[in-house]
Amino acid sequence: MLIDVHAHFLHDRTPRSDWRERNASRLRAGERVGITIHVASILGSWGLTSPTYFPSPGDCRYGNDFLLRLQREHPDRIRGYVVVNPNYTEHAVEEIRRCLDAGMIGVKLAASRRADDPLLDPICAVAAERGVPVLHHIWQHRRRDYAGQEASDAVELGRLAARHRSVAFILAHIGGGGDWLHTLPVVRRLPNVLMDLSGSGVDGGMLEACLDAVGVERLLWGCDLTIETGWAKLRYLERILSPADLDHVRRRNAVRIFPPGAFPSD
Amino acid sequence: MRTDVNAFLGSYPFRRVPGTSPEALLAAMDRTGIDEAWVSHLPGIFWRDPAAGNAWLLETAGAYPRLRPVLAVHPELAGWEAVLHAAADAGAPAVRCDPTYYGIGAAGPSMRALAAACGRAGITLMLAVRLEDGRQRHPNDHAAELPAAAVRALVRADPAVRVVVTHADRPFVEEVHFGSTPDEAARTWWDISWLWGPPEDHLETLLGTVGPARFLFGTGQPLRIPENAAAKLDLLDLGRAERQAVESGNAAAARGGQVAEGGAR
Repeated sequence: MLIDVHAHFLHDRTPRSDWRERNASRLRAGERVGITIHVASILGSWGLTSPTYFPSPGDCRYGNDFLLRLQREHPDRIRGYVVVNPNYTEHAVEEIRRCLDAGMIGVKLAASRRADDPLLDPICAVAAERGVPVLHHIWQHRRRDYAGQEASDAVELGRLAARHRSVAFILAHIGGGGDWLHTLPVVRRLPNVLMDLSGSGVDGGMLEACLDAVGVERLLWGCDLTIETGWAKLRYLERILSPADLDHVRRRNAVRIFPPGAFPSD
Repeated sequence: MRTDVNAFLGSYPFRRVPGTSPEALLAAMDRTGIDEAWVSHLPGIFWRDPAAGNAWLLETAGAYPRLRPVLAVHPELAGWEAVLHAAADAGAPAVRCDPTYYGIGAAGPSMRALAAACGRAGITLMLAVRLEDGRQRHPNDHAAELPAAAVRALVRADPAVRVVVTHADRPFVEEVHFGSTPDEAARTWWDISWLWGPPEDHLETLLGTVGPARFLFGTGQPLRIPENAAAKLDLLDLGRAERQAVESGNAAAARGGQVAEGGAR
């Protein structure tokens, strides 16, 4: 089994007229790579009616509903993260409960509010209560504010993780932009933070450094926007890890942090 | 046959990169089924005289026949034309110039003179858009990325110049390709190292719009793991002939030939 913990889908109310083709392409490429389950999120309207990283409650709900529909259409391939905007705290908590009740298996926080902000605490409390992980978008070593998002880095996520030690946090896309070398020594000291390997970055030495920082038991495989980079990292890991160790990255760690029964054969 | 047109030897100044020796590069090539690699001297890109790394590169390529040297040339240092002679004498597939790292105008008079000389000499000119993702560069790594306008200007500098551009993304390729005449576009090649696969399918789209004859297998190793370029090809449904063209045939076409009559000697 191979679990992609960081996938996305599009829908009909986004700026992308090719949303069907992109969704189909992800599933088709997944078949070729051997991805058993895409654990995915939809970031609201992807900018059409509210900003991608600051989605309105209505856009969150529409995207979540669309993803629930995809999950029902592809029960053997797709699972969902609930996307919420913590600035609308009451809505966020209700939406998480609603979508988890409907079959989603995790919470996705992008970049609507800094990770160490107290507004995220009620969301993490629900994640703890329901036993689901929180995937948090990260800019590796955020040196300033970037337009269009209130991004966070590992230090900021670490503060949140320290306040919610029973929650598993997934630090998003170590290869997804920014200085991953800044992230690794931070995450080393955070036992409830796992790193996903997704992102377009395929730097030489990055995988060895990740393994050195957190070992095979806190790495999760994923692709995000580029499936070829995910496959490349998987192929590289096949060369440097034993089959048993690789299995942790392919699926075991995901099975451990997601709710029981989230995946077909766990 | 698989040719990697975008590989480096030597250390990188902004972070520790494993596998920068010739032996390590060859091991990575074996691992990923790469038969030969066009190799550049990585530290030289950051030297005041980038051509100072050429002697080592030639000596190394001489010792390892699967490695083809891409000599560096700085067109604002006196005697730069000698690099073109050395490249021709060595049977080098190309010379490279990284103007933004050298601190010179990417499409200024000296760069156009270099492109024209490459055209006359029948030597391919290699240019890199970037070496690393701009979001992760060292705070003191300030060199600008190569502008697409510079590639358009340089390919117009001589009716015979051939240009290989590495590390370009889809918008860059499209801007240059469709901003060029068919003749200019036919003298421009792109490595696939920075082009996205599914679900965005940038590479597949470009193979359909720009055409498979314009693309070269390139990895950017060891800064990037070579498995990535191989994986994106494996995610395509390319016919055998098209795949062979991208993996090696187009590289043969993109290579510079012998120094032509009236060249840069």
